Amino acid sequence: MKPEKRDNVIASRRKVLKGMAAIGAASTMPGLVPFAQAATDQPIRIGFQVHRTGIGAAYGRWYERTTNAVAKYINDNGGINGRPVEIIAEDDGTDPKRGAEVVEKFATQHKADIAFGTLFSHVVIGSAPRAGELKIPYFVVSEGHHVASGMLNRWTLQPGITDVKSQVQAMAPFVAANLGKKVTMIFPDFAFGHDHRDYFSAAIEKQGGNVIAKIAIPPTETSFTKYFAKIPRDTEVLYHVMVGPSVLTFVKEMGEFFGPSRPEIFGFIDSLEAVDLKTPGLEFLEGTYFWEGNPRYAQKNQTEYDRFYRAAVGVDDNGASIDDPRDVSTYAHMWGCWETLNVVKAGMEAANYRGPGDRAALIEAVEAMTDMAEGRDHPQGAKIFNGRTHQVFGHQYISRVNGGRLEVVHRTSIEDTFYPDEVDYTKMSF
Amino acid sequence: MSRALTFHIGAIIVLAVLQFILPVYHSGNLARIMVLAVYAMGYNVMFGYTGLLSLGHAMFFAVGMYGAGLSIRLFDMAAAPAFGIGIIASILFSLGVGLLALRTIGVAFMIVTLMFSQAIYLLILYFNPLTRGDEGFVIPQAVRQVAGFDLSDPTTRYFAALLLFAIALLGMVWLVRSRTGRVLVAIRENEERARMLGYDSWAHKLFAVVLSGTMAGAAGAAYGLLFGSVGASFAEVPFSILPLLYVLLGGPGTVIGPFVGTLFMFYLRDISSSFTDAHLLVAGIVLVLLTMYARRGIMGVVRERWAKWLP
Repeated sequence: MKPEKRDNVIASRRKVLKGMAAIGAASTMPGLVPFAQAATDQPIRIGFQVHRTGIGAAYGRWYERTTNAVAKYINDNGGINGRPVEIIAEDDGTDPKRGAEVVEKFATQHKADIAFGTLFSHVVIGSAPRAGELKIPYFVVSEGHHVASGMLNRWTLQPGITDVKSQVQAMAPFVAANLGKKVTMIFPDFAFGHDHRDYFSAAIEKQGGNVIAKIAIPPTETSFTKYFAKIPRDTEVLYHVMVGPSVLTFVKEMGEFFGPSRPEIFGFIDSLEAVDLKTPGLEFLEGTYFWEGNPRYAQKNQTEYDRFYRAAVGVDDNGASIDDPRDVSTYAHMWGCWETLNVVKAGMEAANYRGPGDRAALIEAVEAMTDMAEGRDHPQGAKIFNGRTHQVFGHQYISRVNGGRLEVVHRTSIEDTFYPDEVDYTKMSF
Repeated sequence: MSRALTFHIGAIIVLAVLQFILPVYHSGNLARIMVLAVYAMGYNVMFGYTGLLSLGHAMFFAVGMYGAGLSIRLFDMAAAPAFGIGIIASILFSLGVGLLALRTIGVAFMIVTLMFSQAIYLLILYFNPLTRGDEGFVIPQAVRQVAGFDLSDPTTRYFAALLLFAIALLGMVWLVRSRTGRVLVAIRENEERARMLGYDSWAHKLFAVVLSGTMAGAAGAAYGLLFGSVGASFAEVPFSILPLLYVLLGGPGTVIGPFVGTLFMFYLRDISSSFTDAHLLVAGIVLVLLTMYARRGIMGVVRERWAKWLP
């Protein structure tokens, strides 16, 4: 029996030595050093609330691709505090009721460290109260002003994408200086459209212009010609923001109504995210202007960071999938997922995050952030984070349609997007 | 005590005990399911017992939810009186809907309820400055207190949901065994005959609409207060279809059936969505199979085969 025992000991020693040699070899490989040091640690579990079905599915598909890409990027560079990132995705159906249930599932069943990734505002508003009650950090990528307005709670943050209020007001100086000062607005008659109406009206007045007509389109509308007849003749700029499947009809009917003599036209790309600008019927958009959160088409002065990010998420120079040129991305928005998870990484490392017991410390670490330099972690551009309002501010892009491509004609300063604080979340208890 | 009453009280006791046994995730789900089951039980009063098929029941849920939510948002009301406002709003609204919609029958009744519901949804969007339209709004945690109990606390929320559910369940047991309940069933089976026997079928149907709408409104108000948000998606058409599915699955014309159907549908989606994006397809296939092989719903089959005493 003894020799056998000895053999076992030798065998186990050999195994240990082999294991140590393997770890040693792995430690010399780039990107694996921290994993090797934290080999026994569990992954950081990111609960990803994704719109796989419902009205947000087109956005959700690209949000998911971007999230998987940034998780790979983080893991390739050593993970977070030496621990790999694991994405746990759950479909919320773009439904606030299900969204709240998904957040509960992340917190209590999946034991996720954070919840992340929600886009549509009504889902955020339905889910955030539960995140606050369950005390799980909730990093949204929504653009909504709901975070900075003070409506939500200390556990909800938006550090990776700018909000609609800052985007809209930053457009006014360019519109007034280059396109005209008498503006007619066409917008959907629900909260998203009303935000545009209210924030842009105030901003253009500060630039010496004014909105001479506000035309609200009911959400169930499918034909728009009768609304175009309400546009005043002295309109210099038509500001439009439409969402949903009827946008193609909207553009087509707008072209038929105006013909060759049209005012300057400015819109938000939200209408045409995931839509090919060369789609028949969109020819009328030639020469018109769009807000973009991040330029869909690779520009002549493309940064190395955009080049890197574009390749990582699998998007070509035209903003479409590398695998399928017909699969157009939601490039103006999806970068928010990339940057948000990089902020989470930075926050967790600053807080020396070890587990759910450090969630409050993570929030405080993110609240303490201010400047975020342009780079691979922030390929859209530099940012300034406001810890009091839990909202990040950044550059906005204005592009003109030239030959069916969007070419950037103006990049706002970050300061153009600032507005006075409406809340101080840091004064709220956890 | 009759077997029926014992069974339903037993179900309530089991649910109370489950709060202490189930993992947090599932007890949280059960709180939500109990509130939604009250909504479905209300639907069952109209559809399962009286034979009135509504395609717009979300309007009642939304009126209760917004009645309570707007009382807090606009008038800084406390949670308890806001809940009362939600119920009063539901009673008045369902009375109005009943008075108008009951002038029609059959398919026309379905269309009218659908149109009323759509009108409520569009009103919520139209009055965006008050309601925040499609985005909805949050009911702050600090306001969600009743008599010193914090409704956002998981245990308090569970027992608040159970209290509402228990009142609705026992109320239904009493109703279906009462004279009024039997008249409702008589109307469902043959309205002409019920009328010939001297019953005022119109008044009974109006009662059914008001009771059904009030239960849905109470569920809506409770949902907003317990889970902290109010939104227009609760007034959309799909949310009107949900209680129909809950009742069809659980067993139309059974008291416990709507709860069973809600439980079944909730977990069907929850589990299937972990495996496939086509969770609605899974739900659809299950519904088709149940309709083909268990036309009376789960509890309807149980009653038919093993428990004829089940109300």
